[in-house]
Amino acid sequence: MNYFLNLVIGGLTRGSIYALLALGYTMVYGIIELINFAHGEIYMIGAFTALIVALALSFLGLDGISILVIASLIAMVYSAAYGFTMEKIAYKPVRNSLRLSALISAIGMSLFLQNYVRLAQTSNFVPFPTLIPEMQFLQTLPVRINSAQVVILTTTAIVMVALTFLIKFTRIGKSMRAASQDKTMAMLLGVNVNRVISVTFVIGSATAALGGVLISSFTGQINFYIGFMAGIKAFVAAVLGGIGSIPGAVLGSFVLGLTESLGAGYISSDYEDVFAFAILIIILILKPSGLLGRPENKKV
Amino acid sequence: MKSRNKKLVLAVAVMSVLALMVLLTSAGQGERAATAPIRIGVAGPHSGDLATFGLPTVNASRMVADRINEAGGINGRRIELIVEDELCQPEVAANTAAKLIGDGVTAIIGHICSGATFAVLETYLDSNLVSISPSATNPALTQSGDFPNFFRTIASDDAQARLQVDFVLDTMDARRIVILHDRGDYGRGLAEFARGFVEADGRGQVVLFDGITPGAVDYSAIIARVEAARPDVVMYGGYHPEASRLIGQMRGRGMTVPFISGDGVQDDAFIQTAGAAAEGVFATGPMDTADNPMAQDATSRHRERFGEDPGPFFMNGYAAAVALFAAIEAGGTDYDGIRNALRNNTVETPLGPIRFDERGDAMGVGFAVYQVQNGRYVELR
Amino acid sequence: MSDTAQTIRPTLNRHVDFARRSLLISIWFAILTFPIMVMRADVAARSIVWRWSNLVWVIAGTFVGSWIWRVALERKKNGGGNPSGPGSRGIAAVRARIAILTRQRHFTLGSFIVLAVVIGIFPFAGGMWQTNVMITALLYVVLGLGLNIIIGLGGMLHIGYIAFYALGAYSYALLNQQFGLNFWMALPVGALIGGVASLLIGIPVLRLRGDYLAIVTLAFAEITRLVLENWADVTGGTAGIRSIPRPTIPGMRMTLPQTTVFIYFTMIALVVFTIFVVRRLENSRIGRQFVAMKEDVIAAQAMGVNVAKTKLTALGLGGVWAGMAGVVFAARTTFINPASFSVWESIIVLCTVVLGGMGSIPGVIVGALVLILVPEYLRAFVQFRMLLFGAILVTMMVFRPGGIIQKRRRAYTISSVEKQQAVTESGDLSIEG
Repeated sequence: MNYFLNLVIGGLTRGSIYALLALGYTMVYGIIELINFAHGEIYMIGAFTALIVALALSFLGLDGISILVIASLIAMVYSAAYGFTMEKIAYKPVRNSLRLSALISAIGMSLFLQNYVRLAQTSNFVPFPTLIPEMQFLQTLPVRINSAQVVILTTTAIVMVALTFLIKFTRIGKSMRAASQDKTMAMLLGVNVNRVISVTFVIGSATAALGGVLISSFTGQINFYIGFMAGIKAFVAAVLGGIGSIPGAVLGSFVLGLTESLGAGYISSDYEDVFAFAILIIILILKPSGLLGRPENKKV
Repeated sequence: MKSRNKKLVLAVAVMSVLALMVLLTSAGQGERAATAPIRIGVAGPHSGDLATFGLPTVNASRMVADRINEAGGINGRRIELIVEDELCQPEVAANTAAKLIGDGVTAIIGHICSGATFAVLETYLDSNLVSISPSATNPALTQSGDFPNFFRTIASDDAQARLQVDFVLDTMDARRIVILHDRGDYGRGLAEFARGFVEADGRGQVVLFDGITPGAVDYSAIIARVEAARPDVVMYGGYHPEASRLIGQMRGRGMTVPFISGDGVQDDAFIQTAGAAAEGVFATGPMDTADNPMAQDATSRHRERFGEDPGPFFMNGYAAAVALFAAIEAGGTDYDGIRNALRNNTVETPLGPIRFDERGDAMGVGFAVYQVQNGRYVELR
Repeated sequence: MSDTAQTIRPTLNRHVDFARRSLLISIWFAILTFPIMVMRADVAARSIVWRWSNLVWVIAGTFVGSWIWRVALERKKNGGGNPSGPGSRGIAAVRARIAILTRQRHFTLGSFIVLAVVIGIFPFAGGMWQTNVMITALLYVVLGLGLNIIIGLGGMLHIGYIAFYALGAYSYALLNQQFGLNFWMALPVGALIGGVASLLIGIPVLRLRGDYLAIVTLAFAEITRLVLENWADVTGGTAGIRSIPRPTIPGMRMTLPQTTVFIYFTMIALVVFTIFVVRRLENSRIGRQFVAMKEDVIAAQAMGVNVAKTKLTALGLGGVWAGMAGVVFAARTTFINPASFSVWESIIVLCTVVLGGMGSIPGVIVGALVLILVPEYLRAFVQFRMLLFGAILVTMMVFRPGGIIQKRRRAYTISSVEKQQAVTESGDLSIEG
């Protein structure tokens, strides 16, 4: 039983890590229907920015918590700026072209950013400081869970609630929903679609950066390539949950994380990714628009 | 009909231009004189996810070549490195090999991955070129006898696995053994051999053999399995980034089981990343490198020049370059001369004094078991 | 005099405006790239290395880049909507010239002969490297044309195409290892295995559309790769399979360069065969069904097109070419391992199709050649080539989103009177995804 619980906690940790990335993915997709391949790279840039800032701050003799907070904030601001710029350069000009052109543009952007960081920083793995402090009370719990896991889980929950609130109840959220349904109509009704898309990228990228800081603090190391695989997994999670749906992205991430963890724990860790992709295929065959996705209407 | 023809003509035009470009770039080669530089190919993954393992050898070759060039070159001829990226992909490596041959290289330092190396050796052999790899560990590269032009400055998987298994069974007296690997070329090879040796020996028992996914965000599932298997020792085949995360998570959960790995982990970067969790970890690696003055000198010059510690296989790459250049100096630039010199002359390298046996494996690269003690690797005797 | 002044003035003003904006952009980029470009974390020494010279490069580079970007964007805007715009006049003239030339039958014939001669002498004039590179490029031409059947004709976004390529490669390697099958026997077998696998995977996912299909095919491809990697007893695992024999003319001993030239011509034959089949396909009944289905699934169904069958036909045919290309791939590299069949390879093939021009045969050919040859010739910039490659992809998509050679629908020539009546029905539309 304890074995099972440990696997579940591992699965939840994975799930919340995927969720932090999948949220940004799904938001961008919801608005402009673009698989933003470079989202993982934004996460990686966020992690690198945080590393550099944290190193700079440690000279000032700040304590762990304030370094974590300041580094996260700066990383979020910078990643948001990267996301904003990326959209203006690579996505806005192709918005009215084929969907596939935008996808290729995103792939190009992903390659560019990866190699940009590799050249400007390093091709090696670099250790990432443990920014999340230990919490003593966790050791009294019957199951083993560390502070990083707790922080990641809580952050995911907060971000999800905040995003849901933003989209449901604020003015910009309303504009987002309008733009995602029909851009032309939204524009006619006075929604500044360009601004909405920019805001989406800014929010999505900031979430990714937050993920970058927390996840790297958990894994303890980063390199220029961490974004690619994480991005693919997050994309899988977002599709699994129904792409475009905020709660769907989180649900999909947890399903994915738990499948991987339980599969690796009970069957074979060799086939961990096979389980992840298999559950995706099975769910999509049974429910073609994902767990919480809206079924697509056929237009005649 | 018309628009179709137009497209065809356009296609023809574009293709002709491309073909012409190709032909033009290939023209204008072939100056060869006693003073012409000696060209040496350096091939490996220099971009993409495996660049981490390819670039250190490039740095090493540059450092060695520059030092020789500053001192006047080899018999008055400068060394010119031709660095080519092949992403560790066999098909790209095949093109790279053809390119290097076309560029008129004398020998090749590389390739990095065993797979890419298999794909190119026959081509090099056909052109009478020696290839000396810092990191291709697949035993068949030397043991098959198919590639008399191949040399390496790293121990093959089976040699290292043998040492690890002997250490685990004899010295540590471990019986329940968990073997993990990173599913890669190198890691899996090492792990498979270790499993074979343990099973052949009969004293120990492999209680879990499984692969982990490099770059996965969390290893708690596999660690739970390891814990449930109640092992005496965990053996790991793979590189230091995953190893440091495995050991970090294992120690974080209070598991004190000994951990032993290979030269992919016997790297100071492992200690830096894993921190306190690295303490007590065993790793096999080339003997004496920590105290070798040449290795220390190479490391400090690398820091000076590139602003960071050298990456994986740097010392092997450095040794390969030193050995190759020494062989060219002694045996000339022709195939048999280089091969004979590599086999017969002992050269001082950061890995110790080495020469190569008939099959191409380095002799004199003694392997030793290291342990992390007080934050650095200490050789156990 | 005043005439020229009047045309120069707005141009000048525009460029002053560009300069101002470019300056702002370069300042923005200086701030944006500051932590990554100027600062570098030296973790070992626990210090930060400052590289101020990079700042200068970023500012200068983005200033010039932004200026060129703006001019190019403006060109594109003028050229696209207004055929008499300043930028497109020259191009239009060239186009007209080509149009006139192509009307002459002997010109077409002549260009074919030139092409045939260039192809024929290429391996002898170009040397081993060029021939090898061209073989790789031709492999991607076949892959691109095959994927084009699925994406360009069938309208299905497939990112798992490389799985069938892998199956082809492994079927030759294993059949050769176990039963001694030679290359020529393995070629049809590989094609069959690729086609059948593609069909089998296609059946459960027929209901899925667009990006859902994309991710599911990607998942299938990854599962294929992981199984090849982990099922070591059969496939050799990550260590791969080595010493796969190169193709030969039966009964002849050939040296390595001779074999390379032979593979080159085999690939040329395969490409010509592929073009022939795809051409016939486009003009066949199935080809028309593809068009109908892509345009509007429901309307097509109403007109009696069996959508499921048509989609499966596209998938099956696409798989056949991947399987064949896989066999050639295994025979050429003589070594295969699962690492050659990653998601990344699927993405490259997808790029050849889109970059070249979806649905257009010459487009895909040019796309594959450009995509494989450009990184190969960027070798001079070893460190920067993938960076440049990424930048080129983005730039291409921004300035020529439909691909290098866009697909033109077959159109009938209408006399000017009819043209005025049917002014809205342009036969020149590029296809929508």
